[in-house]
Amino acid sequence: MKKVKIKINNKVIKCEEGRTILNVARQNDIFIPALCSHPDFPPKANCRVCCVEINGRAKLAMSCKTKVKSGMEIRTDTDRVKKARNLNIELIFAEHIEKCPTCIWRVNCELLNLADRYKLEICRFPDRKGKRKIYKFSNAVEIDGTQCIDCRNCLDACSLMQKINYLELKGKGSEQEIIPLKSNKILEPPLFRAKDLLSEKNKSIDCIYCGQCALHCPVGAAQEQAHWDKVEEILKKKKSENKVVVAQFAPSIRVSIGEEFGLPYGQIVTEQIVSALRALGFDYVFDTSFAADVTTMVEAEELLERLARIRKPLPGSATPLLIRRGDGGEVPMITSCCPAWVKYVEFYHPKLIPNLTTARSPHVHNGGLVKTYWAEKMGIKPKDIIVVSVMPCTAKKFEVSRPELKINGNAPVDYVITTREFAWLMKKNNIDFANIEKTTADNPLGEFSGSAVLYGGSGGVMESALRAAQALACEKSKAKICERRIDFKEVRGLEGVKEATVTVAGKKLRVAVVNGIGCVDEVLKNLNNYDYIEVMACPGGCIGGGGQPIPTTQEIRRKRIEALYKIDKDKKVRRAHENKGVIEALDWLKKNKDLEHKVLHTTYVKRT
Amino acid sequence: MSILNKIKKAKLVGRGGACFSTAIKWGMVKDVPGKRKFVVCNASEGEPGVKKDGYILENYPGRVIGGIKLAIDFLGAEKAYFYINHDYHKKYGNKLENAIGQLPIEFFIKPVGSGYIGGEESSLLNAIEGCRVEPRLRPPFPTTAGLFGCPTLINNVETFYNVSLVNDGEYKNKRFYTIGGESFKPGVYEFSDDETIEKILKMTKNYPDFPFFVQVGGDASGEVLNSKQLKNPASGAGLITVHNISKHQPKKLIKYWLEFFQKESCGQCTPCREGIYRLNEIINSEKIDWQLFFDVLNNLSETALCGLGMALPLPIKSYMKNVFTKLSDEKIKVENFDRKTICECFK
Repeated sequence: MKKVKIKINNKVIKCEEGRTILNVARQNDIFIPALCSHPDFPPKANCRVCCVEINGRAKLAMSCKTKVKSGMEIRTDTDRVKKARNLNIELIFAEHIEKCPTCIWRVNCELLNLADRYKLEICRFPDRKGKRKIYKFSNAVEIDGTQCIDCRNCLDACSLMQKINYLELKGKGSEQEIIPLKSNKILEPPLFRAKDLLSEKNKSIDCIYCGQCALHCPVGAAQEQAHWDKVEEILKKKKSENKVVVAQFAPSIRVSIGEEFGLPYGQIVTEQIVSALRALGFDYVFDTSFAADVTTMVEAEELLERLARIRKPLPGSATPLLIRRGDGGEVPMITSCCPAWVKYVEFYHPKLIPNLTTARSPHVHNGGLVKTYWAEKMGIKPKDIIVVSVMPCTAKKFEVSRPELKINGNAPVDYVITTREFAWLMKKNNIDFANIEKTTADNPLGEFSGSAVLYGGSGGVMESALRAAQALACEKSKAKICERRIDFKEVRGLEGVKEATVTVAGKKLRVAVVNGIGCVDEVLKNLNNYDYIEVMACPGGCIGGGGQPIPTTQEIRRKRIEALYKIDKDKKVRRAHENKGVIEALDWLKKNKDLEHKVLHTTYVKRT
Repeated sequence: MSILNKIKKAKLVGRGGACFSTAIKWGMVKDVPGKRKFVVCNASEGEPGVKKDGYILENYPGRVIGGIKLAIDFLGAEKAYFYINHDYHKKYGNKLENAIGQLPIEFFIKPVGSGYIGGEESSLLNAIEGCRVEPRLRPPFPTTAGLFGCPTLINNVETFYNVSLVNDGEYKNKRFYTIGGESFKPGVYEFSDDETIEKILKMTKNYPDFPFFVQVGGDASGEVLNSKQLKNPASGAGLITVHNISKHQPKKLIKYWLEFFQKESCGQCTPCREGIYRLNEIINSEKIDWQLFFDVLNNLSETALCGLGMALPLPIKSYMKNVFTKLSDEKIKVENFDRKTICECFK
């Protein structure tokens, strides 16, 4: 793109034409406040706090939507700008009921930061939203109307990005309110949002708990439902109640949580996480990556089993005939480790339930193994073990409440806290995360292969399963020429849909990876074109999950995902079936036939 | 001579209120490449007090449709939407339908409850598209990316009426004026477009014999002028509303504007959604903080997202400046309205 010269506060800046003033300013360390602006969405310019003065223009310009032009002279610090900006921030503050004492967002709060930076009166106007409702979406996400500043980022996340359209804007002017669609079943013009929504008026819509609304909310009005307080209580009471409290953490956390403590994007902090969890009082810390290898094994074997049932192609037909419903092993097989995607299938496409792999998700595998295999080894009663998962995800909160996951009456995982909740717990307890000593996770549920951490990014589950499936198929077939790849670069990256054809067990396997639920439709429309599909509801996969640090942008997603690939590349063991700990655990399960299926597999429920 | 040249020569300006050059607008839509183009006739007439578009629809439906047809032909437009408010559709729908005949002109009735903002040109595009009725960010302007992202020409009823006259060589630089308020003969009149307010009031025998002031252009967004400021032509949508000085109640008038704008705000931007809410709160408080009042009011002209938000300061400030601060205390005394403080806030 063409480079132009502009001036911001008299500083000459060379930048690309067509970028916004806000973007250029931030890249050059010139601070302009912005609340409604998010690089994931087109500019809405509704908060009006990013105003700047441009030489020769009568009106103030909103820097989030004004593009730079050659020779532009911009001021961000004139009295005129300060007056308008400060007043708008104060007006916004009056919409937001301060719940700072119990708000985990307060340590990162943009509003408080701005008030401090500009010395603003946060209570210049009396609060007006005290009586607004708090909408709770299952046990996963909530939107607190008393804190909402009407920026509409959650709407964009739910509609433009995820295409779920569960959130609606009711009313207009100062009466407007974000509400879940269910409480406003009759869509009244002119308040409905999009025409296609109107035509599908009778189609029911439900939340999938992905938490992208929370990830894009600048003021914590959309948030995960808090469980950190319950976890804190358990840690306090564990001695008196004779409990062993176990923590596990997801692959994607290790490349994101550093951001909460000022570390660069994509910094790998696996061992620091282990130490921090121990410092918080957890008795044992396991790495969910171990269980990702378990999941890969279960899923790869299931894939081979389903593929073995594909009939040979008819003469003259290019594609093999697919097995259809009723055989219990439908193709395409679709991943199920993303709980928001599973909810999506159960609610919107229950016919696809037989296509979902029956493998449980990694942290549920882990929880199950902790309360069976490990419990036996340690001589602890499963009932005395509390498992807490630190996840990048809000939907995992919903997942662990599923009754079908219980093993002999015990839920594999007792609590899920998000990356943000974990960061909050550390800050609350003055844990100096950036400088904490490094320790490794407990064994035998701590070892992991390179492919396990790939679970944290879009395409990772696919790549792990393909690595294992090829290798396992080769071992079984004992063929002389047998493809065994490690890198499957064609399923990596941040495009919406990624496709590839891979040879497994002598068959051409057509795979697709859906990166973000908003892109799922084009794959669902062409299901017959594929044999194996990975779907992650959040763009980027878990590294962009609804429970991850804020901000999360495309640039940040890319850095987090690059770090995952670096971990994988540096690992000696890069395939799940080479993880000895996993093989041992699976062998133990084989000997305990009554547990094997309960620990490894699950069922799904039609929710329409 | 082409229709565009005729319009250029006649120096037509938009009669929705903004007075933008019609020739430039038509030329812009024409020059933007695009297979699909649309024409929209804005017959929402949402500005309180203005009645001239209704008058034109009642008396000259053929002219208006003729003007739209000229636009369709000139642009090669796919079709035109006749964006009309519910009342006008009920009253003049049949007449208009007869005039439309087989032409590709489709009625679109302004959504019920969409209010003042429903007549703003980018909001009406949203309405036709079935989206939430509120203004779009500009750029892009409707001329380049309007209805369904296509170049779109949006003109007011009176503008299309004028285009039709221009085409037939019958345009005589006239425009329609609505006269209302405490006038003797309220109604719609037609005069030269450079006639002064004073002369219009006199010619229509509406010039008051009592102390008065006027609001010109619209009862919501129009400028307030005192009786010595009437030597200029009527601006905006051509409304002249007469107010009787001794009968009027300053606080009630200001509250009318504030409440109107609060009710009609779409709620997108902070200065309008929050600011006007606070203006109402301030004006109703026991002790009015005038400095804060004018700060919040000025903030609308500084940072509001659309013309509606930016419009509120004009009537209030012009009323304060041209009328209220010039009244003597004996005549009108308003609790909490301290002239000295208000005057200081203006500085």
